[in-house]
Amino acid sequence: MMNSMLMSIIFAVPEGGEPSFSIAKMMAIIVSAIFINNYVLSRFLGICPFLGVSKQLDSAVGMGAAVVFVMVLATLGSWLVYHKMLVPNGLEYLRTITFIIIIASLVQLVEMILQKFSPALYDALGIFLPLITTNCAILGVAVLNIDDKFSLGYSLINSVAAGIGFTLALVLMAGLRERMETANVPEALKGLPLAFLIAGAMSIAFLGFAGLGG
Amino acid sequence: MTILITQISIILIAQQQDASILSAITGPVLVMGSIGLLLGLGLAFAAKKFAVPKDPRVEAILDVLPSANCGGCGYPGCGAFAIAVVEGNTPVSGCTAASSTVNSQIAKIMGTVAEEKEKVIASILCNGGKSAVDAFNYNGPADCVSKSMVMGGQKVCTYGCLGSGDCIAVCPFDAMVMGDNGVPLIDSEKCVACGKCIEACPRNIIILWPASRKVVVACSSKDKGGFARKACSVACIGCRKCVKVCPVDAIVMDGFLAVINPDKCINCGLCASECPTGAIIDGIPVRPKAFIDSSCIGCTLCTRVCPTDAIEGSVKEKHTVIADKCIGCGQCVEKCPKNSIKMMGGVLSQQ
Repeated sequence: MMNSMLMSIIFAVPEGGEPSFSIAKMMAIIVSAIFINNYVLSRFLGICPFLGVSKQLDSAVGMGAAVVFVMVLATLGSWLVYHKMLVPNGLEYLRTITFIIIIASLVQLVEMILQKFSPALYDALGIFLPLITTNCAILGVAVLNIDDKFSLGYSLINSVAAGIGFTLALVLMAGLRERMETANVPEALKGLPLAFLIAGAMSIAFLGFAGLGG
Repeated sequence: MTILITQISIILIAQQQDASILSAITGPVLVMGSIGLLLGLGLAFAAKKFAVPKDPRVEAILDVLPSANCGGCGYPGCGAFAIAVVEGNTPVSGCTAASSTVNSQIAKIMGTVAEEKEKVIASILCNGGKSAVDAFNYNGPADCVSKSMVMGGQKVCTYGCLGSGDCIAVCPFDAMVMGDNGVPLIDSEKCVACGKCIEACPRNIIILWPASRKVVVACSSKDKGGFARKACSVACIGCRKCVKVCPVDAIVMDGFLAVINPDKCINCGLCASECPTGAIIDGIPVRPKAFIDSSCIGCTLCTRVCPTDAIEGSVKEKHTVIADKCIGCGQCVEKCPKNSIKMMGGVLSQQ
């Protein structure tokens, strides 16, 4: 009873959304967010940390985890605020500014928690941790969840998948860049120029997934 | 502001019957305000809950530091330097901008004693300016980097100061001003040797030099004598006169350029008085004169050491100094076995 009530809240569909919950739809969302419409490599959101924190595998994984965490919380907060506070009051136009303050305060929270429990990761992420605040991938997920008329359940699934997709891109990039450190490349291409080339090539590779789904 | 308020009130009065305009303002304000309040309270709670204890010494050191964030210590700013000091990664006297009092305060916070270090200041190894001949008429952007990129600068001398004051612009302590002759002057009191000017100078002619060494070869030209002379009237022409006259062998030749070793230099200023082009600058404006008192035993040691033959007198009789010839180098004072010679008058600029 309790369970079904919870389910009905979580999968309550906003007006105009898909009528019911289905495993197929869920899988489609997951595959879409990770591979087909990867937030970094296909939508080109969150490029700043993608290039900034992809020098070492360890910090890339840490950054990915932090982004997943913030994405899920931001989605939860933004979905609830949008559908329970803004829509009933006819204040949809406040969406962007509300989402930004929600994300900003969540990032502050993550920063405090990280500094407390993992100072090493806090130092490794450096300036890119507060920069999650302005990471367009997070805002992108929150806004697209609304635009796609996802229910809260779908939104959460989408945000986890989007975070995993971001982490995947970041980790792949870090692995490639770690190898490129020792590779014999022309002097002018060393560092960031090469990273841009790799990013472009990866993006083209991910284009191959476009045929997978809709 | 007043205009805005008047406009709003006009709108409100005009729309008095229609309450929707009022709710159009109060609604969003209420919603945004409550969201902001909620998040703010949450963050305040989290800040208390997850507070990380910080070393109070970092704050204490930050308070006494000059807070110029000049980066002279090698750290990104005063905050990073304070953390490095507390973690023991850098000596307590690592701040180049700090006075010795500040250093001792930092040492006190850290519970150690600051080691005394010799004050160094930036020094420009060029005095060319208007004395250096222009090779062509330069009309581009008025900064040294741009100038240096056009055919190696507008001066015939490819080593010297370009005179646009890139170094003055970056100095965070206002220690540099443009001199009358077109070469920046450095205020030895204000300069803290942060090294910003050294980075800014495209000619690489600014070095850190001990503030106590007042005699400087103000030239960087490695050109041959004749060429250097044509390019600039105050160039070092590599004549080696200073090398020969230096009583402590502190000057060596680097090609056609004399270089003073600050560790050996005794500030006697002989090289400056000997230099035919004036490339060596004596930073002591008025030198004192030697004076021999009655305890002189006439050993003649001083007459032998005097580079300008300014001391006369026969053996076993009191010697006297010919004031016109004395250049105040002070070598006789050091040689005198009876401490009979004193340096009188003059302005010995203090460090």
